[in-house]
Amino acid sequence: MSLTRQEVAHLARLSRLALSDDELDHLVPQLDVILASVARVAEAGTKEQMAEVPPTSHAVPMTNVFRADVLRPCLPRDEVLAAAPAVEDGRFRVPRILEEEG
Amino acid sequence: MSTPGDGQLVGRNASDLAASIANGEVSAVEVTQAHLDRIAATDGELHAFLYVAAEEALACAGEVDAARSRGDALGPLAGVPLALKDIFATRGMPTTCGSKILEGWWPPYDATVVSRLKAAGIVVLGKTNMDEFAMGSSTENSAFGPTCNPWDISRIPGGSSGGSAAAVAAEQAPLAVGTDTGGSIRQPAAVCGIVGVKPTYGGVSRYGLVAFSSSLDQGGPFARTVLDAALLHEAIAGYDPCDSTSIAGFAAPVALAAARRDVSGMRVGVVRELGGAGYEPEVEARFREAVAVLEELGAQVSEVSCPAFGFALPAYYLIAPSECSSNLARFDAMRFGLRVGGDHGEGASDVMSRTRGAGFGAEVKRRIMIGTYALSSGYYDAYYGQAQKVRTLISRDFSAAFEKVDVLLSPTTPTVAFPLGERVDDPTAMYATDLATVPANLAGVPALSMPCGLANGLPVGLQIMAPALADERMYRVAGALEAELDTRRGGPLRSGYEPGAGVPAS
Amino acid sequence: MTAPSTAAVPGDRVRTDYEPVIGLETHVELGTVSKMFCGCPTEFGAEPNTQVCPVCLGLPGALPVVNEAAIALTVRIGLALNCEIAPWCRFARKNYFYPDMPKNFQISQYDEPLCVGGYLDVEVGGEVYRVGITRVHMEEDTGKSLHVGGGDGRIHGATHSLLDYNRAGVPLVEIVTEPDIRSAEVAGAYVTELRELLRALGVSEVRMEQGQLRCDANVSLRPRGTEKFGTRTESKNLNSIRSVERAITYEIGRQAEVLDGGGRIVQETRHFDEARGVTQAGRTKEEATDYRYFPEPDLLPVALERSYIEAIRDALPELPAARRTRLSEQFGFSPLELEQMVGAGVLDLVEDTIAAGAAPDSARAWWLNELARLAAERGSTPAELPLTGVALARVIQLVAQGFLTNALARQVLAGVINREGSPEEVMKARGLAVVEDADALSAACEQAIAGAPDIAQKVRDGKVAAVGPLVGAVMKAMRGSADPAKVRAALLENLGAE
Ligand SMILES: [Mg+2]
Ligand SMILES: [Zn+2]
Repeated sequence: MSLTRQEVAHLARLSRLALSDDELDHLVPQLDVILASVARVAEAGTKEQMAEVPPTSHAVPMTNVFRADVLRPCLPRDEVLAAAPAVEDGRFRVPRILEEEG
Repeated sequence: MSTPGDGQLVGRNASDLAASIANGEVSAVEVTQAHLDRIAATDGELHAFLYVAAEEALACAGEVDAARSRGDALGPLAGVPLALKDIFATRGMPTTCGSKILEGWWPPYDATVVSRLKAAGIVVLGKTNMDEFAMGSSTENSAFGPTCNPWDISRIPGGSSGGSAAAVAAEQAPLAVGTDTGGSIRQPAAVCGIVGVKPTYGGVSRYGLVAFSSSLDQGGPFARTVLDAALLHEAIAGYDPCDSTSIAGFAAPVALAAARRDVSGMRVGVVRELGGAGYEPEVEARFREAVAVLEELGAQVSEVSCPAFGFALPAYYLIAPSECSSNLARFDAMRFGLRVGGDHGEGASDVMSRTRGAGFGAEVKRRIMIGTYALSSGYYDAYYGQAQKVRTLISRDFSAAFEKVDVLLSPTTPTVAFPLGERVDDPTAMYATDLATVPANLAGVPALSMPCGLANGLPVGLQIMAPALADERMYRVAGALEAELDTRRGGPLRSGYEPGAGVPAS
Repeated sequence: MTAPSTAAVPGDRVRTDYEPVIGLETHVELGTVSKMFCGCPTEFGAEPNTQVCPVCLGLPGALPVVNEAAIALTVRIGLALNCEIAPWCRFARKNYFYPDMPKNFQISQYDEPLCVGGYLDVEVGGEVYRVGITRVHMEEDTGKSLHVGGGDGRIHGATHSLLDYNRAGVPLVEIVTEPDIRSAEVAGAYVTELRELLRALGVSEVRMEQGQLRCDANVSLRPRGTEKFGTRTESKNLNSIRSVERAITYEIGRQAEVLDGGGRIVQETRHFDEARGVTQAGRTKEEATDYRYFPEPDLLPVALERSYIEAIRDALPELPAARRTRLSEQFGFSPLELEQMVGAGVLDLVEDTIAAGAAPDSARAWWLNELARLAAERGSTPAELPLTGVALARVIQLVAQGFLTNALARQVLAGVINREGSPEEVMKARGLAVVEDADALSAACEQAIAGAPDIAQKVRDGKVAAVGPLVGAVMKAMRGSADPAKVRAALLENLGAE
């Protein structure tokens, strides 16, 4: 399989990455090569063999790691907002939201 | 070696310095100042640091001196300076992760590793350069320019923790902390001729470590000796309730093991799949010589096969980008960091895209897009899902191997340091650098790299891998091998770096 | 889970040709002290961005740790909804970009929820409907956006938005039903019953006006008598029971109209406009985000011990349905009366009052009428009134013994609620007691008769039922301090009409 320019542009949109045409020109063949090389995972075993293999999401086999329902200090608001690109009325000021919620 | 005016303080090991500080031969402030001077003299050329916190470092050293004069008990590394990878959140210092998107961000909190360093009286000199968000193997992906290898400034220092490794190799600091997601501590340690360790996953808290790939990232020590690395390992490791993956009740006695210098009867396995095609003959030669030394020291050497390791690299380059595509979503221009546009009625979504387009470098974009692709419905099973299964196979290979041997050995990297610029625009060639290091991350087992000689005048690293929770085993092997190699060589392996000297002959 | 009762859909007055198929997804904020993954408070109404930390702000490097109480409360809900508790489950990341979500992913659960396969029985018009519960899972809430410049805080036309992350990371459970519901009325009854259940469990205060319970309604139509589901729409963020019913009713009507006109339903999200009572098209399925779910690597699997689950089961309180059955058996309340008491939030109070010795019907009547009115006047709920079941029972007893009339009792209760003291203290201080002064009574009777000679004549002529206005006049003259029965008797005696 190979990645088309259109697919790469779609991936960029999904990833919220504005790319120039030059960048796209450059990225399409690179991503294609990368994808071809990582697609080798398919050769790790036959379908039947791999069907028996459970996926590993955590290297450490632990379960039930919880914290008690107790309060911990919050950050002071001036520190919360100190790094914000824009602030208004104690809130983060962001550009207008045009899309609907997830 | 010495630099004028350093009073013989730079170039000394951390354990030596700590002892001198503890018994009053030298003050922590003097030690810190000497290293700050060394940084000032060398970093224009090397560019290991992104930020030097001279004032804070001297203040911290002053506190150690005051504590000593009060007669307070000092930790085993109190007063020793350290270079910190710019991926750890620090109060009072910026944290950029080598990225434009975070330029100028001063975190309102300290990473747990940073809190532990402070508690141990270790003096943080500043923040070191790195590949952007730890994605890379050469530090060339830093938005703020590359770091040079002190052995040859025309070559890469490895990555992503290249700044930390170069700082230690160039004697700007006796210690450094880095992070290792697929070899980002071990590979730079190898090509800079120092010791670097990726502890058992869960051994060192990830709280405050800006996540690249959460299930693989692990902080760890750099030092010029195995014992120093072990002392630093003990200072930063330990259970942290703020990191769910932190292991409770686990403290590997690594310093003891490093000082033991005895491998008789230990079973060491050479991994068949981590050698041969793609590995430089000179690198393999140094590796085999080091294995022979271990055998002479009484270790039982055998060859072990781990067939799934052949799929570790593609599995890694699916899992890490997938997790990164999600982890890096928070860099969106809304709450902190760079914001591009938004003043002329563009929507938030546009501003996010423009900011991310401008703020992230090429490699970060590539990985985010590959990860987005691998997690998409319709592709998940073939890519991410399959990679997670390969991960299981790799863990099984490790388990089977550790039934037969106590530790596994391989060259750390297939080649010595390559020239700056050589692989920048060839992602898959860059990825191949991680051939031998990624299996340990995928399985969560600890792995260490130590120098085992030179190939064409450049350092070669030996990798020692141990079962999860058995970090001390690799320190035991490394401590014994280091002592023997130093004896035979007549001293430790040193870069001999002098500013402005160009490429040193060795 | 299949629905045993889908026949005879009540409340469906829209069409006879189509059968609505409805499923609900309900988000409920859990009543924990701290957030889902950090130690920030969950309390409502704080100054913006004062209840946040690196974790819930999604700052680089911060990591989540699961709140154990949220797990326990979710298990409690799952057990009360007759679910299986998964022996092993995981959190997953739901990836999408939105400014109110600090990490641009929500930690949720995907294909491995904590609770699966339960049901909730809902009663409407004396008939029981079983609504299957597909799953109950845990997730985190988002921050709140304030849209500026568009008027009315609306998103359309806004110039920019302001974000407050105090709610970000507050624990939520999402309760998903099977598509078992067949009418807006049953949907409303389901949400009402669910709210009652959650309150009884003590897992949430379920203040809908604070957004503690929000529903998404999946609605489709199919020709009656057919099996295959039609294309569905999802009406989002319905935050009152009335909105749930109105949005579904509107959607049923709209879809029926589209289908009648030969059109096709588009699979899309829809937004309910409270003011206009209509739903409006949102995003279509084609535009839907691919959430790229994957197991949350920062959290470990949850694998609860059997004993842990059973301990929670053993500690479950009496659930609303069982309680209603008991109350109707014990006190003879009808389903309608129970529904009224549940709706008014006075069931606990009525039960307390009965326990203190009051007759069930008196207790019910006082709480539902006079006290509900007094509470409303004060802008509070009946439960918030400073009145105990014991005090009300005492007042009811004084009425029964003839020491108070209903009118006097109302004044006594007003005094108690005004914190003037116990019923007896209020009576003494305000001089409230049934007047036993026979002279005063007969004088008032004379006056009333003189004031309405024609009515008096009718009564003398044998029309005893006409005496009412005279009784009223006497009661008014004596400012309620007489026993109406005695007044009536005195009047009739005076008029010789016994
Ligand atoms: Mg949800
Ligand atoms: Zn928080």
